[in-house]
Amino acid sequence: MIGRIMALIGAALLLAGAPARGQTVEIDYWQYFFKERVEAIDALIKQFEAANPGIKVKHTTFPYADYQTKVAAAIPAGEGPDVVQLYYGWLAQYMKAGLLQPLPTDRVDPAAIDRDFFPIVRNMKIDGKYYALPTAVRSLALFWNKKLFQEAGLDPNKPPQTLEELVEIARKTAKRDGGGNLLVGGMTVDLGMQDQHWVREVLFRQFGARPYSDDNKTVAYNTEAGAKAVAWYDSLVSKEKVSQFGFMTDQPTAFRSGKAALTIDGSFRLGAFDGQRGLEYGVTELPSYGGKRFNFASYWVNGVTSKAKDAKRDAAIKFLQFVTSADAMELWLQKVGELPARVAVASKDANQNHPKYGPFIRGLAYANATDFVDELGQRKIMIDLFDRINLKGVSPAESLRIAAEEEQKLLDGHYKK
Amino acid sequence: MRGSYERLTIAGKQAVWAWAFLAVPLVFYGVVRFYPTAQAFYLSFTSWNLLGEARFIGVDNYVRLTQDPVFWKVAVNSFEYVALGLPISLVLSFVIAYYLDRVRFGHALLRALYFLPHLTTAAAMAWVWRWLYQPVPVGVFNGVLADIGLPAQPFLRSTDQALPAVLAPAIWAMLGFQVVIFLAGLKAIPRSYYEAADIDGAGAWRVLREITLPLLRPTLVFLIVISSIAFLRIFDYVYNMTNGDGGPLDSTKPLVLSIYQTAFGRFDMGYASAQTVVLFFILLALTLLQMRLLRKPR
Amino acid sequence: MTISLAWADRVAPGRIVAWTVLFLGGVVMILPFVYMLATSFKDNSEVYDLSLLPRHPTLENYVELFEKTAFARWFLSSLLTSTVTTISVLFFDSLVGYTLAKFDFRGRGLVFVAILSTLMIPTEMLVIPWYVMAKTMGWLDTYWGIVFPGLMTGFGTFLMRQFFDSVPDDLIAAARLDGLNEFQIWWQVAMPLVTPALSALAIFVFLGNWTAFLWPLIATSSKSLYTIPVGLAAFSGEYQTQWEMVMTGASVATLPVLFVFILFQKYIVNGVMLAGLKG
Repeated sequence: MIGRIMALIGAALLLAGAPARGQTVEIDYWQYFFKERVEAIDALIKQFEAANPGIKVKHTTFPYADYQTKVAAAIPAGEGPDVVQLYYGWLAQYMKAGLLQPLPTDRVDPAAIDRDFFPIVRNMKIDGKYYALPTAVRSLALFWNKKLFQEAGLDPNKPPQTLEELVEIARKTAKRDGGGNLLVGGMTVDLGMQDQHWVREVLFRQFGARPYSDDNKTVAYNTEAGAKAVAWYDSLVSKEKVSQFGFMTDQPTAFRSGKAALTIDGSFRLGAFDGQRGLEYGVTELPSYGGKRFNFASYWVNGVTSKAKDAKRDAAIKFLQFVTSADAMELWLQKVGELPARVAVASKDANQNHPKYGPFIRGLAYANATDFVDELGQRKIMIDLFDRINLKGVSPAESLRIAAEEEQKLLDGHYKK
Repeated sequence: MRGSYERLTIAGKQAVWAWAFLAVPLVFYGVVRFYPTAQAFYLSFTSWNLLGEARFIGVDNYVRLTQDPVFWKVAVNSFEYVALGLPISLVLSFVIAYYLDRVRFGHALLRALYFLPHLTTAAAMAWVWRWLYQPVPVGVFNGVLADIGLPAQPFLRSTDQALPAVLAPAIWAMLGFQVVIFLAGLKAIPRSYYEAADIDGAGAWRVLREITLPLLRPTLVFLIVISSIAFLRIFDYVYNMTNGDGGPLDSTKPLVLSIYQTAFGRFDMGYASAQTVVLFFILLALTLLQMRLLRKPR
Repeated sequence: MTISLAWADRVAPGRIVAWTVLFLGGVVMILPFVYMLATSFKDNSEVYDLSLLPRHPTLENYVELFEKTAFARWFLSSLLTSTVTTISVLFFDSLVGYTLAKFDFRGRGLVFVAILSTLMIPTEMLVIPWYVMAKTMGWLDTYWGIVFPGLMTGFGTFLMRQFFDSVPDDLIAAARLDGLNEFQIWWQVAMPLVTPALSALAIFVFLGNWTAFLWPLIATSSKSLYTIPVGLAAFSGEYQTQWEMVMTGASVATLPVLFVFILFQKYIVNGVMLAGLKG
């Protein structure tokens, strides 16, 4: 009981910003291992601890592979982080498992978040309460290989701006040998990578369909327009033959190795492409269609786990607020190269017009984030949708119907509880 | 105490020693293996998402299994891995071991060549194999097919070929293990049997059929059981060669990958446990059946 | 050397053919391995060429591996945990295997099947209970925590049982008459007769622990305790995998197990002459 009271007093003191002497609270912070992210968080922890002498943050990282497994193993044992970083698409699963607690509205004002952050972050709000917040967001853009443009006699500084131009340029840059084997892809196709988002959140909308109903409970893409979007994407392989599923094992590898002229990928790929020797590339906004532009944004969020109680919970919320502050976002952009989640930070001129970040930041203005209920399952449905067409000869409309049926089942299963 | 031990029959003394030898290991297995297994059995009747109490739901998970088309696909895939992998790997490794056993010149080198793949890690080698399966001009296999005038094959991009294509590196990595065990078994056959056969003037085929194979039975029992378990529990190569999906269209997904996705992708521990229990009984039944069929003739 | 050789000598031309085929087969077997090795000497602009020979061979991946990562430390962790596990497995699995092969007692079949059944649950489903255990015992993030679930194996018990089966009963009975107790009989009489199986087991267990990934990952959180596979996984991220580094690490990691194999393999073949494996 006394410990409890002491903890409460400690929490109150911390709240007031006055460090409780001799009462150090240690919280655990988990993220996956990525050099730049680790360095950025270490720098932030240093600043945070200097400003909050009563709190120590223990930063633990794990290899990205099996990050989820590690979290899953630790939770039943009552181990694990107080603040955890997770992919936003996993939120539904984490919520279902009761792993996260809501951020108290008196400390994290939902109205202020709605106002200051990009609208895509609203996916983290459930029943009026935010459960997690991002430091950075990522969006999609079109990457083009300048060398391959030149080889095809194209202006290396004029990337396609519409889907029609994209097909045109892909035709010109694709190379095949005498036997019809693809040597260089004009464009990449790979639903296992970012294209699933491009189809779902961009192409469907551009062709006049919607991925889901407004309440996210109903699949809405199973329409004629939706089928047209699917047929268009598939035509890159079946009709235009400017690409191949599985070409160079995966999409980023095809582009990295200089074997694809165009690819759609996320802002997070900049680092990998920059580190690739001999690759000269440019970035532009996703191509429009019928004058319409859309984009897909995603993010990693920080959430306070249900394990954090009392003083720890208080310190955890404080740390979460700190890593999602405007200053932290600036630091994150510089160190990690991910886009700030606050509109004010992102829309600074220097960021808006940056040659590489610019197109992504501009894309955020018209981006949507899929409200995943089962990221793994929904990704698979998208992959299967095109595999059925490509491998089994099912028509785009029929394959789309099957996909819609499967995905509706997933949504129903999730929302009926 | 001592007196009572002395009074035991020989069989009784043996039993005392046996249980004394088994005591520590049984406690170990009980805690580290049997208890978690029992827990999986219990969880398979519950709905549990890691946090809080597991909720008892009876046989719901099992009912769900029977109605899940992906589960049936996955079960069939797992059988295919065994049905293809077991005979192919055992015949190959036996032939290799059989001839390796007769080679003196460069024996150690040859043996090392065949064992080397077993030393590698699946994550690294799966990457290499994925490239080998690429279409021309990159892929080596399709390059060879083109050179000998055969049509190119889609391999991993085909619902029919993907499973064997994923199985091949698994067999490749397993051969070294099987060859070494076979070698040990072959070396253990007393030479006097061959001498006798030599005098009889028996042909190589007859020696193989009537001496080598029957005397290899304990080795064979071991390899058949262990290899069946390994192929039914195949995971690493599938996971690493299909981006963790078991695709295209679930055509390569084995049971363990399905369990893994259910448990750690969806935190649906009850359903994952039910699949584990099914896998457990399939393996147990298969093992007992194999040991019965391969029993010593009386 | 012998009769089997003399028997084989009769088909001498066949022997040459067999040798050539075996050799060529062996070369094909190690091709994927050679690709891995070749990739470790390439910089990242060449990685996706898939050529067997790097155009501009470089050692920079190796330099990076040893300078920028704690590879030496991971190596020691792997060596320590694999060695401890191997010793424990050799002792306990052969003891249990011997008991199941050579003692007649009620419940023998049941114990054997029960131990065998431990092979039938995928590790993936065991890590959560193990983690809870390790936490209760305070073993999380320690070497002991990495090691404890693997101290005895159903695999090794099964292998040793099969081989002890062939040790002649007369030898054991004779030892009993000499006044040896059962433990001495096992240790002094039976064990030397199964050196080949022990050597094979040593190789497989060492190798299995050397490449183990999931449990060492779950059991540790300090980088200083990472084993090689866990450390190497850091080269695979959400956005990119540095394959040239993965291949470099995997190549270096192969050397010690190759050494263990070469060390033990001659016992597999040479030690067997004493005991035959019988049905």
